[in-house]
Amino acid sequence: METYLPVIWAAVIGIAVVMYVILDGFDLGIGILFPFARSERERDQMIGSIAPFWDGNETWLVLGGAGLLVAFPRAYAVIMPAVYLPVIVMLLALVLRGVAFEFRSVARTSKAWWNVAFAAGSAVAGLCQGIVLGTLIVGIEVVDGAYAGGPYDWATPFACLCGLGVVSGYGLLGATWLVVKTDGVVAERARRHAAPLLLAVLGFMAVVSVWTPLAVPRIAARWFSLPNILFLWPVPLATALVAYRAWHWLRSGRELLPFVAAIALFGLGYLGLVISSYPYLVPPSLTIWQTAAAPASQIFMLMGTLVLLPVILGYVVLVYWLFRGKVREGEGYH
Amino acid sequence: MDVDPVLLARLQFAFTIIFHIIFPSFTIGLSAYIATLSALRLITDQERFQRIAAFWTKIFAVSFAMGVVSGVVLSYQLGTNWSRYSLAIGNVIGPLLGYEVLAAFFLEATFLGILLFGAQRVPPWLHLVAAVAVATGTLISAFWILAANSWMQTPAGYEMRGGIAYPLDWLAIVFNPSFPYRLVHMVTAAYLTTATVVLAVGARYLLAGTFVEDARTMVRMAVGLIAVLAPLQLLIGDQHGLNTLAHQPIKIAAMEAHWDGSKPGELVLFAWPDEKAETNRFEISIPHGASLVLTHDVNGLFPGLTSVPPADRPPVLPPFLAFRAMVGIGLLLIAGGLGGAVLWWRGTLFAARWYLWLAAHGWWLGFVAVIAGWIVTETGRQPWVAWHILRTADATSPVPAGSIAASLALFVVVYGIVFSMGIYYINRLIVNGPRGSAIAAPDAGLPSRPLSSVAQTGRESFGAG
Repeated sequence: METYLPVIWAAVIGIAVVMYVILDGFDLGIGILFPFARSERERDQMIGSIAPFWDGNETWLVLGGAGLLVAFPRAYAVIMPAVYLPVIVMLLALVLRGVAFEFRSVARTSKAWWNVAFAAGSAVAGLCQGIVLGTLIVGIEVVDGAYAGGPYDWATPFACLCGLGVVSGYGLLGATWLVVKTDGVVAERARRHAAPLLLAVLGFMAVVSVWTPLAVPRIAARWFSLPNILFLWPVPLATALVAYRAWHWLRSGRELLPFVAAIALFGLGYLGLVISSYPYLVPPSLTIWQTAAAPASQIFMLMGTLVLLPVILGYVVLVYWLFRGKVREGEGYH
Repeated sequence: MDVDPVLLARLQFAFTIIFHIIFPSFTIGLSAYIATLSALRLITDQERFQRIAAFWTKIFAVSFAMGVVSGVVLSYQLGTNWSRYSLAIGNVIGPLLGYEVLAAFFLEATFLGILLFGAQRVPPWLHLVAAVAVATGTLISAFWILAANSWMQTPAGYEMRGGIAYPLDWLAIVFNPSFPYRLVHMVTAAYLTTATVVLAVGARYLLAGTFVEDARTMVRMAVGLIAVLAPLQLLIGDQHGLNTLAHQPIKIAAMEAHWDGSKPGELVLFAWPDEKAETNRFEISIPHGASLVLTHDVNGLFPGLTSVPPADRPPVLPPFLAFRAMVGIGLLLIAGGLGGAVLWWRGTLFAARWYLWLAAHGWWLGFVAVIAGWIVTETGRQPWVAWHILRTADATSPVPAGSIAASLALFVVVYGIVFSMGIYYINRLIVNGPRGSAIAAPDAGLPSRPLSSVAQTGRESFGAG
C-alpha cells in the first residue's frame, strides 16, 4: 500500500495538471492572441468562444495545488518557496485576467485597459507557468528536505526558454481552438497564426530535448541507456508525425484536427517530461515516495477524490457538449 | 533596513485572508436567505419572494466570485510563505483543506449554475433544491475550513514523530475540542452579518421611499433573525470562551489583559495594555467582572499572562482591543434586534426613521465583528501557529524578506483594484433594487460559472442605472 498510494496520487495530480494545461492552455492562448485582433467585434468573438468554459478550466489549477499539499506535502514545501515569485505573479496575473475578462464587457470608458489586462495577464500567467516547469526540469537545490537556493534561482536562461515555449504552446492551442469554434475573419487569421506558432513550439521542444540530456546526465541516462532507448524511441517519432500531420491539416482547411494535434503535442511533451523525471517529484533529490504524506492522510483524501473526480469530469464533458458548435461574429454568449 | 520576514509573511497572510473572509461571511448567510425566500415563494406563491430572491442572487453572484478568486491565492500561500507549516502539519491539515476544495468545486460544478441562471428555466421546486444545496455547500466548506483552523488551536487525534504530525484518528482530528464551538459561533456570525446587510438595504429603500413592499419584507425578516440570533450569539460566544479558557488559557488572559492570575480578574472596559511593564494603563474596569464571566464565580481565578514566560505569550493589544470591538458590536446588534422587535410589535417599525437611519448606516457592523473575532483567535494563538506543536516563527518558508515585501505590495495593488470594482458593482445593484426581472439567462442557456455572472449582473446594473 505504501508503495502504490504515492503512484496513485501522482496519477491523480498528473491528470489534474494535464487537464489544466490543455483546458486553461487554450483559453490563456486566446488572451495571448488578443493583441492581434483588429476590432472590438473580433475580440468579442474570441472571448465568446471561451466564455462558458474558462473559469471551470481554471479550477484544475486549484485542484493540482491543493492535491500537491494533501498528497505530497514535502514536495509542496520545497517547490513553492523555490518558485516563489513566479507562482505569486502567476496567481495575480490570473486574478487580474479573470476580472478583466468579465469587466471588459461591462466597462464603458475603460474597455481598452481591460483588454490590455486580459492579454497581459494571460501571457504573464503562461510565462510564469513555463518558468516553474523549467525550474522543475533542471532541478531544485534541496538540503535536509528544504529548499536551499536563493530567491532568483528560477531566473535561468533555460527556465525562461521554457516560459516562452509554454506561451507559444498556449498560443497554438488558442489559435487551433479558434479554428474550431469561430468562423470568418477570426478563424482565418487564427489559421494563419497557427502555422508559425506550430513551428515555434517544435523549435522549443527540440531545444529542450537537446538541452536537457546535455545539461542533466540523469536525463541523458534515462533516454539513451539500454534497454530504455529501445522502448522510448517512438516518443520523438510520434511527436514528429503529429507535427507533420498538424501542419498538413492546417494547410488543407481541416477544423477540428489541428486542435486535436495541438493537444497531442502537449500530451507527448508532457509524456517526455514524465519519462525524464519519474519517479522524482522534485528533481534531482526527492521522489514521490520520499515526499508522500502519511498513508493515512493519502487514503483519507483518496476516498473523497475517487468519488468526486469522476463527477467533476462528467460535468466538464457535459458543458463542452452543450456549448458545441461555432460562435459567430456578433453572437457572443452575452 | 532589516525587516523581519516572519512579520512580513504574517502581514501578507493577514491581508489576503481578511480580504477573503469578508466574502464567505456574507455568502454563507446570503445563500441561506435565498433558500428561505425560495421556500417561502413555493409555499405562499407570492411574487415578492421571487423578486427579493432574484435581487439578492445577483449580489450573491458577485460576492461568491470574489470569494473564489481570493480563495485560490490562499491555497498556494501555504506553500509559498508557510512551507515549514505544510511540512510539519500537512499530513493532518492537508486532507481537511483538500475536502474543502473538493466540496467547493463539486458545488460550483452542479447547483450554483441552476441557482444563478435557472430561475426562469427550472421549476420552482428545483430552484429551491439548488438554493438549499448551495446553502448547504457553503456550510460544508465552512465545516472543513473551521475544522482545520480549530485543529491548529486545539490539536487532537495525532502523534508527533520527528517534528512531523501524523494522523491517528480522523474523527478526533475533525471534531477537535474547539471545533463545535468555533463552527457554531462563526456560522451564527455569518448569518448575523447577512441579516445586518439585508436590514440596511431594506432600511435604505424605506428611507428613500422606493421598493417599499419588498423593503418591508427584508426589514421584517432581518429584524426577526437578529432579535433571535444576536442574543443567542452572546451565549454561544460565552461557551466558546469557556472552551478557550479550558484549552488556551493564555489567549483568554490576553483577551482580558489579565496579568496576575493569583487575583480575581477584573472586567476591563478600557485600557492600554503595556507589555513591557506587564500592566494596564488608563484602565477602567469592573472588579471581579471577568471572574464572574469566565468562571461564573465572583472570586474565581484564571491564569494570568505572567503565568508563562514572555516568549510564550501572545501579543496583548490586538486580541484585547479586537475582542472589545467584537463584543461591542455584538451588544449593538442585540440592541438593534430587540429594539427593532419592540418597534415592530408596536407597529411603528417602518415609521421610526431614526431606527431605519441607524440600520441603513450599520451595514458594516457584522463584517467588522467577524474580522475582529478572527483577529482575537488568530493573534491570541501566537506565538504558535499550531498550538504547542509549531511556532509561527518556525513555520515560514526559506524566502527572503524582499520577495515577501514585493509580493505583498502586488497583492495590495491587485486586490485594491478587484475589491473596489466588486464593491462598485454591488452598490450599483443595490441602487437599482429589486425590479421584478430576474437575471436574464445567457443566450446559450447554460449554467455559466460564477465569474461569468459578474458580467451579467454588471451589465444589468449599467443598463438600468
